[in-house]
Amino acid sequence: MRWFLHKLAMMFGAEPRKAGPEEETDAAREMKVFKKTKPEVEKRKALIADEHAHPVVSRKWRNRRWASIIIINGLFIVSYAWDVQLVEGSLSASRFLGFHMADPNAALQVFLAFREVVLNLVIGTVTVVALWWIVGGRAFCSWACPYHLLAEWAEAIHLWLHAKGWVKDHPFHRGLRLVLWVVFMLLAFLTGYTVFEYINPVGIVSRALIYGPTVAVIWVIFLLGIEIFFSRRFWCRYVCPIGLTYGITGAVAPVQVKYDLSKCLHEGECRKVCLVPHVLEITKMGYASDTTEFIGPDCTRCGLCIDACPQDALSFTVRGLDKIV
Amino acid sequence: MTDAADKTPARPEKPKKKLTRRELERRRVLLRSIGAGFAALAAGLVGLYPVITRIFDRLRPPGAIPEDDFLAACIKCGQCVQVCPVKAIKLGDGDEGYGLGVPYIDARAQACDFSCDAVQCVLACPTGALTHDIAHKEEVTMGFARLARPEACLAMKGQGFQGLARGPDFKGLLRYAEIDRWVPQPVASHPYDLEICDLCVRECPIENAISLAPMSDDPADKRRMPVVHDACVGCGTCEMMCPAEPAAIVIDPAIVLES
Repeated sequence: MRWFLHKLAMMFGAEPRKAGPEEETDAAREMKVFKKTKPEVEKRKALIADEHAHPVVSRKWRNRRWASIIIINGLFIVSYAWDVQLVEGSLSASRFLGFHMADPNAALQVFLAFREVVLNLVIGTVTVVALWWIVGGRAFCSWACPYHLLAEWAEAIHLWLHAKGWVKDHPFHRGLRLVLWVVFMLLAFLTGYTVFEYINPVGIVSRALIYGPTVAVIWVIFLLGIEIFFSRRFWCRYVCPIGLTYGITGAVAPVQVKYDLSKCLHEGECRKVCLVPHVLEITKMGYASDTTEFIGPDCTRCGLCIDACPQDALSFTVRGLDKIV
Repeated sequence: MTDAADKTPARPEKPKKKLTRRELERRRVLLRSIGAGFAALAAGLVGLYPVITRIFDRLRPPGAIPEDDFLAACIKCGQCVQVCPVKAIKLGDGDEGYGLGVPYIDARAQACDFSCDAVQCVLACPTGALTHDIAHKEEVTMGFARLARPEACLAMKGQGFQGLARGPDFKGLLRYAEIDRWVPQPVASHPYDLEICDLCVRECPIENAISLAPMSDDPADKRRMPVVHDACVGCGTCEMMCPAEPAAIVIDPAIVLES
């Protein structure tokens, strides 16, 4: 429980840390000791050397995810362009086959600014929260958000420039996201305007895709510029209140990425590709609390770490399902 | 730096030195974060300016609640845009501040002619920004028609009108019930031949909203003045159809009559 609370706190900006002696299970303690024995260290070295000799590159989850983002946003576009009325609206609110859907963050802003509870919006929000809770809250970010896809491409450019030594990554404090979340909620309530929606690149991109380009897209290009030249994944990592709202939504989601300590070689390949690397600190030698554990609330279930891990130490799982089956 | 080069590990200065460097970086990150926080806040507040100064006096779709509440309640999804049969509804851009993504109607380009019969946009709205209290077009209060340029009005000059109301290139649609009750027709496909121009009255979708009144007792005087009555809902069809350039009659979104 304490370890889970720590993971929750990490989502709000707390620094990652090692599992303490009272947070560690006996099995994990034994395995950590065992992994430090000489033959085990030798074995790991040999395995790593083998990996480097025969590198395997997997794009499985990334490709599925990109397909998901393109299909979801494509449905919105096609629905309006060809008038098939499958999903009417945009990502902030829509009707899917007539059922109300609403982005929980946008709905919260409207509640606070409008100061009135609208039944349709409640229905839409509950539906969306329930759906995304199953697949893991922030799964919205990596499996549906159109800005996420653009940001991934910007990140690829950033990493390429970074490898050339032309740009440097400037990290920010992750607590900034919580502060801005609170600030924008307060602003909505105090000013009576949905202030955040004015700078929300998700809404801007979604509407631009469906209703045609707007001048507001310049703001999105500016944000992508920051991500390319100044700070890796700036918006998604340190700012986006939508991501935090979905993170809270899926804090105890059924779909999880599971970490298997026994298979892990502690190379850190997963942390290099992760949008939220603090959740993968448990893959550092001696950091995990159990022999298998779930990555936790801030994880977007993007699967990049699963693709990156050469030892299958990370995998998608449904909480409790392995116990039932 | 001399301490860092020192090889004795137990010296207290060495960890202290390391800590300072890390703390320096931490401080930099913290300052940068505070800066970014204020920048994001400032960017968000930029949108307040066009709203407060009312640079844009937009005609909102039927059923829109008062402007400030409307901006608050609208979730910027565009569902109203999608259901409109004449595509009269557009979404505001970034220069409109908090009006970004909020629907409006540019009546001159395409008015709301109630081709849908029962305010579809209101039914589509998920947040009540377009209030569901409205079920009939006669209950709408979007604005009010006003004869802004009487000197340009053909009827007031006693003139007729021949040809296409807005020229051959005009893209706007209008319900011509006698041609097709269900499919709105291009205004550019419908030529007129009028002895006295009465387009604003003839095409008005609301009963008793506008009429032409004689300007003198002389029966030979052909001059007529358009008079807007309380029934006007502000749909903008008169503004769209007015052949004068720019339109002699326009919709004032600010004027909303209490019914």
